[in-house]
Amino acid sequence: MRKGPFIIIGVFLLLCLMGTVTGEVRYVLEKAVSICLDCIGIG
Amino acid sequence: MRRYLRRIIQSLSALFLNGYWYFPISRTIYQGQLKSICSPGLNCHSCPAAITACPLGAIQNFMAGIRASVEAARYHFGFYVLGWLGIIGGLVGRMPCGWICPFGLIQDLLFKIPGRKIRIPDIFSYGPYIFLALTIFILPIWVVDAFGYGFLWFCKFICPAGTLEAGLPLLILQPTLYGMVGHLFYIKVAVLFFFFTWSVLASRPFCRTVCPLGAFYSFFNRASLFQLKYHPEKCTHCELCYQDCPVDIKFYESPNDIRCIRCLVCLRESCAFGAISWEMGGIEGQSSRPKTSLVNSQLSLVKKTQLPDLTNDQ
Ligand code: SF4
Ligand code: SF4
Ligand code: SF4
Repeated sequence: MRKGPFIIIGVFLLLCLMGTVTGEVRYVLEKAVSICLDCIGIG
Repeated sequence: MRRYLRRIIQSLSALFLNGYWYFPISRTIYQGQLKSICSPGLNCHSCPAAITACPLGAIQNFMAGIRASVEAARYHFGFYVLGWLGIIGGLVGRMPCGWICPFGLIQDLLFKIPGRKIRIPDIFSYGPYIFLALTIFILPIWVVDAFGYGFLWFCKFICPAGTLEAGLPLLILQPTLYGMVGHLFYIKVAVLFFFFTWSVLASRPFCRTVCPLGAFYSFFNRASLFQLKYHPEKCTHCELCYQDCPVDIKFYESPNDIRCIRCLVCLRESCAFGAISWEMGGIEGQSSRPKTSLVNSQLSLVKKTQLPDLTNDQ
């Protein structure tokens, strides 16, 4: 069985967890719950 | 049913990712906890119905705020979103493009409108990588305002999904926003109109020439757990997979091509010779099964000179 995909998934899982422990989930939420004027083209 | 399965899954995901149907009453966007999760496809989080965050919007926000975050010792580099997208890519490569992304579905439906169709020249396939590097990473980090914050270049100047799913509906829901509409909004409406027109003429033009999210996933196609497998001994080079492929890939020349959106049309519908199968983490899946009636009709369509001699086995 190919090991490559498992290594890739493991590395990105680690990255995801690092982002989670540094509070990035909250940051994503903060940005996504307010209307982004750039997104709608009037920012 | 088998034929419509992908369309059904695409439609259900579009409805699920845009599942806040209370917006006509609340007249604003969803603000619940689900918005801390990024959608696997391009779906604007400023869409009144969206219940998840847009991964491209989220990454740009991290990049635009990177200087400020380092100065404030918060060290937010976007690892959470990049990691999440990397896990999806590592599992299935670009499959969200073929089965989940709402903006992919819109382009697929527009392409169904009958009329003259054109191919997209290969040179345009570099576009998504240029947009990924420039508008998602380099410019948001590099060009900053007086406070050290960058801009969301892709959202601000390009994203047609944002104009369609967020800009236009929000102007209807919140007419006070009209006062803020300027040239930029009309430019974005023109970009949307341009891609809509192009989508009627060519298959998936936005995905193939611009989308940075598809470009990100594409890096994983050849290394993901899910792989399509080619069996050259069964292939007749009838080119039916090429004719049906929404992104013009010759599967028999490049299985798991980085442009492949993993729609599985070649596997499930085109190949009648069992030359395509799939595999996931060592588990072998079904091959494109030879269908006798289909084989006969396809054989009659293909020039005999192109076929290997199947009758002379002994
Ligand atoms: S490439 Fe197309 S299908 Fe894939 S995320 Fe972008 S818009 Fe969606
Ligand atoms: S090669 Fe097959 S799976 Fe990939 S995009 Fe083309 S038809 Fe879909
Ligand atoms: S449809 Fe099947 S047999 Fe025909 S060219 Fe494609 S892979 Fe080969």
